[in-house]
Amino acid sequence: MTATEAPRKGVLGQRLVRREDPELLTGEARFVADLKVSGTLHLALVRSPMAHARLASVDVSPALEVPGVVAAYSGADLEGEWAGPLPCAWPVTDDMRQPAHLPLAAREVCYVGDAVAVVVAESEYAARDGAEAVLVDYDPLPVVVDLEEAAADRALAHEELGTNTSYVWELKPDEAAVEAAFASAAHVVSGRYVQQRLIPSAMEPRGVLVVPQPFGGEFTVYSATQIPHILKVMLAVTTGISETSLRVIAPSVGGGFGSKLNVYAEEVLALTLARMLKRPVRWIETRSEATQATIQGRGQIQEIELAADERGRIQAVRVRLLADMGAYLQLVTPGVPLLGAFLYSGVYDVPAYSLSCRSVFTNLTPTDAYRGAGRPEATYAIERAVDLLARRVGVDPAEIRRRNYIRPEQFPYSSVAGLVYDSGAYEAALDKALQLAGYEELRAEQARRREAGERHQLGIGVSSYMEMCGLAPSRVLASLNYSAGGWEAATVRILPTGKVQVVTGTAPHGQGHETSWSMIAADRLGISPDDVEVLHSDTAIAPYGLDTYGSRSLSVGGVAVAIATDRVIDKARQIAAHQLEIAPEDLDYGGGEFRAKGSPERSMALGAVAFEAFTAHDLPEGLEPNLEASSHFDPPNFTFPFGTHVCVVEIDTETGGVGLASYVAVDDCGNQVNPLIVEGQVHGGITQGIAQALFEKASYDDQGNLLTSTFMDYLVPAASELPSFVTGSTVTPSPTNVLGVKGVGEAGTIGSAPAVINAVVDALSTYGVEDIEMPATPERVWRAIEQGRRP
Amino acid sequence: MIPASFDYERARSVEAAIRLLTERGEEAKLLAGGHSLLPLMRLRMATPGLLVDLGGIRELSYVRRSGDDLAIGALTRHCDLAANELARADSPLLAHVAGQIGDPQVRHRGTIGGSLAHGDPASDLPAACLALGASFLVAGSAGERRIPADEFFRGFLETALRPDEVLVEISVPRHAEAGWSFQKFTRRAQDWAIVGVAAVSDGSTRISLVNMGSTPLRATAAEEALAGGASAEEAAARAADGLEPPSDLNASPEYRRHLASVLTRRALEECAAVT
Repeated sequence: MTATEAPRKGVLGQRLVRREDPELLTGEARFVADLKVSGTLHLALVRSPMAHARLASVDVSPALEVPGVVAAYSGADLEGEWAGPLPCAWPVTDDMRQPAHLPLAAREVCYVGDAVAVVVAESEYAARDGAEAVLVDYDPLPVVVDLEEAAADRALAHEELGTNTSYVWELKPDEAAVEAAFASAAHVVSGRYVQQRLIPSAMEPRGVLVVPQPFGGEFTVYSATQIPHILKVMLAVTTGISETSLRVIAPSVGGGFGSKLNVYAEEVLALTLARMLKRPVRWIETRSEATQATIQGRGQIQEIELAADERGRIQAVRVRLLADMGAYLQLVTPGVPLLGAFLYSGVYDVPAYSLSCRSVFTNLTPTDAYRGAGRPEATYAIERAVDLLARRVGVDPAEIRRRNYIRPEQFPYSSVAGLVYDSGAYEAALDKALQLAGYEELRAEQARRREAGERHQLGIGVSSYMEMCGLAPSRVLASLNYSAGGWEAATVRILPTGKVQVVTGTAPHGQGHETSWSMIAADRLGISPDDVEVLHSDTAIAPYGLDTYGSRSLSVGGVAVAIATDRVIDKARQIAAHQLEIAPEDLDYGGGEFRAKGSPERSMALGAVAFEAFTAHDLPEGLEPNLEASSHFDPPNFTFPFGTHVCVVEIDTETGGVGLASYVAVDDCGNQVNPLIVEGQVHGGITQGIAQALFEKASYDDQGNLLTSTFMDYLVPAASELPSFVTGSTVTPSPTNVLGVKGVGEAGTIGSAPAVINAVVDALSTYGVEDIEMPATPERVWRAIEQGRRP
Repeated sequence: MIPASFDYERARSVEAAIRLLTERGEEAKLLAGGHSLLPLMRLRMATPGLLVDLGGIRELSYVRRSGDDLAIGALTRHCDLAANELARADSPLLAHVAGQIGDPQVRHRGTIGGSLAHGDPASDLPAACLALGASFLVAGSAGERRIPADEFFRGFLETALRPDEVLVEISVPRHAEAGWSFQKFTRRAQDWAIVGVAAVSDGSTRISLVNMGSTPLRATAAEEALAGGASAEEAAARAADGLEPPSDLNASPEYRRHLASVLTRRALEECAAVT
């Protein structure tokens, strides 16, 4: 099934430049902070400087003395306003513990950044001055920061829960088989890996503007969100405002990476205050707030063990996870470990599997979905452990992978964890990656430098990944206790002039859906993508949708566009057949027109059909006017993209500095709608994985204070830290959707962190190094070298 | 990210700036490129009552020869210094260092005077000026005076400048024929140095260190070792002698000492290669 750069007719597969970019690059795009509505009030939040404390008193009256301040409220003042707590949509077990979580804390603060009061003013400056004036007395409570200490319940993040454990979740299909495999294994390897907390750092921080219509009772909510549709439902639930009175618009949104897949206190607060004060209300997050009050990613300690036979063929995988929920459960916080829990066997044919996950509260910023959400963590653990196994068995990392891959003829493959992988050709991607990297030459150069004792040593890291995309079949989500479905909606209209309107329920915030969806519709209609407009991210225009996250948009939402387009063509066919006085099945459609089979001079252009459908002067009996069709596509299965990445690092053995010498990524995301966009996604994804491997970490002191609250301290890598990526692809279409697509939003991140660390460890292997914690800072690398040099 | 309120005055001359500083005393702060002061103000870690903006005093932006020295106006931006032909010929170290600061945006706003007057031990230009044996011309209500770089940096973010004084000109001995090197170790190109080393060698060798103490400072133990005939390697091993380098998220004091030795050895090797 694998073909490389298969030639395709039509629009799909063309490297069209993104139609979104001119307005983004010229500053014409309007983000929430660009929207100006006269009479707007500005919010500033008073945030706790303590990680855990009882609120002895909150006195907002000094804020009211500050010129320009209109109102100020403590959490207690607003307690009566909430119809429900901030939502968590994923109670993964029936006995999951969940602390109360209101938009403003009323009695107790549970992390640094927890909001205790809000000040409303005529300007951002006055609001901020007012917030500084609010007097809060905190009675300190014991603080729990360390994940393992939290699991031991030495101090409690929430006293009223009696424990820090939120839930324990297990996936143990056949424990006896696992134990037998370990008992008889020729090789057992184990690793303990720390997935440090990461700060998502979208280019645009969060922001919300709520515009009320005091005489109509309606509210328009503009939010920098990935989920306008879900947000609308949740705002109705948390504020008690009727869903019919809410319109949510996500204007241009500058990235999210999962951090805007949430329902945040500030959104609920802005809506509530607009209702109370009957004026537009705006809140724009500062960068420092974003480091504390926006969810963080990762935060896990992973223990993984592999049992393997003499030749290194894996017989069992056993995993124990400890997952950091942070102080509260946000929208999908508890579900993030589950998204990875099925994938710790990676791309390998593993017969026995056991996983248990304990999720605990700490007095830190809540965690939630961050690019890959659970899947990068899983891939990291298995790919690091497989390298360890290669070393034990005494074979090359590429060879150990070949011995264990699921073979192409095994697809669709029922995994031991209970998934059915749609399609795959893992070894082909490995071969291509090794060839693009010049693997043999790299190994020779590595040996030469080692022999010569050169200052700069090479490390070569391989990582093969697969991921579970296309969230999600609704019935599967039900089995995981997720409170919503996983379908996606699309409507396609042929307008009277023959132009095409696509309405999608996805909510792009950098992915280029306008370009890609126009290509999907244009490809099927046989017209130019320029004739297709794509409408989205406004619940009044696109009422149905489940939004954008989890590499779902193309393989669910894009497929819905394709299905709706086909339905429109079917209706148009009936009208054209009627006009041409021919049976519908005797018409061919292509290039934007219907032609009679055998006599192509009898034809009718799509635009003419659309006009007939619009005037409705002469339609087939019983057919309604206009050309419009919808699809609400619920995918039958997940999709499973895969690939192999090869990273080459050059380590300065005197300083411990790690330089990236080259990076090769071969990704297979099935059919590609627009390879330019695929490459863009891969580039960004690789960078975020490299960031975790070498640069980024949300660091806290033992009192829960964030030490990395600015970009001076939280090191997001820039282009100057990165090599020029070499990207390649193989194409193994998914058989589970009409486009054969799989999704690529998270692939780069999933493949890259283990490739980088495997490379660093490979370079240091001569010093006896088998692991290095992320991020692999120069000091950590230097210490590892020093340790290895000691006799 | 929203500063507290402050008054703002745009000074048209050095005299006007000195007058404002004299009137408002400690609550007044000079604004040049703003790259040190404004971030502190946005985090409300600095709340000056008055900002005196020097940006309009264009005559303080220049690079010219002055006897055996190269004279640089305090408001010369890093990018202009890095690209200046005269600077590259007469003080290749200083021009090179100016080109290594931050990123292009920083270099197009930040000024040499602002960087020196801020006195940040993690900044590159103060260390370069120490290695070059620079001197600084300052003007205040009592008139002008010249302060050697070695006497300028007094403590953490503390300099010999009095509250009513403005740094107006930096003089560095021309060193076209000398060996020189600047070694900067960072995790990202745009960052402050975790450790940096500047060295100038013509007959004798001056070595200075970035981010190895509460001020920019000279590696005196290494300099003395060299003067006493030690090899580059031996001298470099003493680079951090007597110093108390800071500890932060990027590096422990122990690691900084190690880096100082490695980078000093590399700097001395490069100095030797140039001469």
